[in-house]
Amino acid sequence: MRSLRTAFTALICTTVLAGLTGFAGAGTAAAESPSPDAGESTSGPTQAGTGFRDATAVPPGSAATAEASSGDYLYWAFPVDAGQRPTFKAEVTLPQATARHGDSTWRIDVYDGLRRRQPCMYGMQSRAAGQDTGSVALSCTLRPVRSLADPWSDHPLPGSYYLRLTVTDAPEKDLGLPVRARVEADLKDAGGAEAVDGTLSTPLVPGASAKDAEDAEDDKAAEEEGGDDASPGPSTTRQTASSVEPEDGWSSGWWSDRWIWTAAGGVLAVLAAFGGRALTRRPQRPSRVPPGY
Amino acid sequence: MIIRRRLAAGACTLLAALTLGLLPAGTAAAEPASGEDAPKVELTLDVSGSMRARDIDGKSRMAAAKQAFNEVIDAVPDEVQLGIRTLGAHYPGENRKVGCKDTRQIYPLGRLDRTEAKTAVATLSPTGWTPIGPALLAAADDLKGGEGSRRIVLITDGEDTCAPLDPCEVAREIAAKGIGLTVDTLGLVPDTKTRKQLKCIAEATGGTYTSVRKTDELSGRVNQLVDRTADPVAVPVATEGAQECAQAPRLRPGLYSDREKFGQHRFYRVDVSPGQELRASVSIGADRAVHNDYGVLLRAVTVHGREVVRGSEAGDGRTDVISTGLRYPKAPADDDDKDAKETVCLQVSNSFSAPASVKTEPGLPVELTVDLVDGPDDASDVASFGLGRGWWLLGALALTGLVVGLLWGWLSRLRDVTGRSY
Repeated sequence: MRSLRTAFTALICTTVLAGLTGFAGAGTAAAESPSPDAGESTSGPTQAGTGFRDATAVPPGSAATAEASSGDYLYWAFPVDAGQRPTFKAEVTLPQATARHGDSTWRIDVYDGLRRRQPCMYGMQSRAAGQDTGSVALSCTLRPVRSLADPWSDHPLPGSYYLRLTVTDAPEKDLGLPVRARVEADLKDAGGAEAVDGTLSTPLVPGASAKDAEDAEDDKAAEEEGGDDASPGPSTTRQTASSVEPEDGWSSGWWSDRWIWTAAGGVLAVLAAFGGRALTRRPQRPSRVPPGY
Repeated sequence: MIIRRRLAAGACTLLAALTLGLLPAGTAAAEPASGEDAPKVELTLDVSGSMRARDIDGKSRMAAAKQAFNEVIDAVPDEVQLGIRTLGAHYPGENRKVGCKDTRQIYPLGRLDRTEAKTAVATLSPTGWTPIGPALLAAADDLKGGEGSRRIVLITDGEDTCAPLDPCEVAREIAAKGIGLTVDTLGLVPDTKTRKQLKCIAEATGGTYTSVRKTDELSGRVNQLVDRTADPVAVPVATEGAQECAQAPRLRPGLYSDREKFGQHRFYRVDVSPGQELRASVSIGADRAVHNDYGVLLRAVTVHGREVVRGSEAGDGRTDVISTGLRYPKAPADDDDKDAKETVCLQVSNSFSAPASVKTEPGLPVELTVDLVDGPDDASDVASFGLGRGWWLLGALALTGLVVGLLWGWLSRLRDVTGRSY
């Protein structure tokens, strides 16, 4: 009887462990493959903005294209949520080789919703194109986006991300020629390793308070000492970057695979406790007496 | 039965027809006819003598421009007010003084009558001088008033022939008025000097420069620019920062524009309640030929001068703006001073520099956004809800469980031995 029970316990242990291992493996695999619609992106906007204010908002999973002049500064805005690691990709189709006079260097820069430049961990952010090349491909992978970071750090936080594409170095004569650009953001799941405690009340989206400010601040301004203290009203129009959200809205940030790990740890501890008890307990009484627990 | 079905079908069709008939009328009525906020575009076309040159798709530059204009006029969205101005279209003589005043609005801004606009363009023939500067001033004057976005699209094939009024300086003055007017320039097969001038005009107002070699490129680009004007964009409110915090303007959440000279500091004040988070970002535009290394610093400072948090950025090479931002979450207050707002000073400084030949007046364009949102849900632990993950965690928990189990078994055995069990 006793040996039977021990065998049973061991079986449960093995099953749980095997399940866990399987889960962890699956988790890693999921983290490595891009999200379903990031790879086959649908067609998105066909234009680009010229600054932060009018950056063209690109819905998640779609790619944006634009016809432009070399020398233009092209801006797009993408929504990126906590727990995602974005890779921004751009491809520029250059003007005909015969119209060009030399090499040109193209570059993408990524800015977060607070217009802070974000460094790229991987990817060719800048590339020089020879006079005879037809196109340039650029990419930039950011650090995984966390739900909160302290104010003194510039770690990526959920919100809008601006992508700026421009030529940084080209012969003077080559500026103003027609080019075509295509950009997209590849979002991967960063996994629970990046899950931190705390969340922003609102994602870093420009003009986040434009709406509620209208309601709340009206009475506030009235009672302010020196009400005409050069305090112009807030701009009511929201910036275009704020018009897109992640597919399922901004996440509340409470879920991460840490819950599963911790729960599994608890189960394992309980099983180990019973196992340990079975090892040290005194041999059982005769089998006609029902087990004591 | 069949008859009844037919009847039903007939009623259905009638209803559909009625709905269809009513719908367009409804839409037309709902269309905003507000002249105040309508986006405005003024196409400014060079009709100087050099437009006769036949080098665009084998046609003359003028013919190409006319064809493009016709296509653009057909494609203009209804809500856009379009005006057309010419330069050098009417005075064929040699008198420079007269020739340099030759700019006329041949189609006034307002709701577009496509036929009339096309007729106005059709009569043009290449004639006189190239007074770009005066034309820009006049176009800016046409676009005055209203709250919508404004754009001048300048199409020319040669540089300004009316020195000393430098069109680039004119453009910068127009931009400095803070009316949010953009000048986009298109050069028809231009030389180096013209290209420099057109690029300078575009740069000064945050516009774009395009070099055109084909008719379809011209119409495509102008169409794109007109469409861009039609897109609604948040318009910043002009403000003026002070030299020190005590005199600084109080800002409410919103989007602001200002000007800052080289090496100047600008202060603004924002009131932050406990439990709120201040978000501010600033970008400074390089609207003139500046040196290749530059930077921007945004600091949140208390009224006593203590720096709370800062955002800074530096860069090199060709750029349109340099920007940075900061977040300042103010901790929730204790019970007694719940309403005590803190005044936070935002200090904006830049490290742009320029060769001595570059004018420093007016300052570089500054764009400032201020947002006040609820403070973050703060972290009690670095890890999410204090939860763990990884094999070490599992190992540690399992080991703890095992030790507890062993002790448990050992204790119960001890009790059995002492004969006091059950």
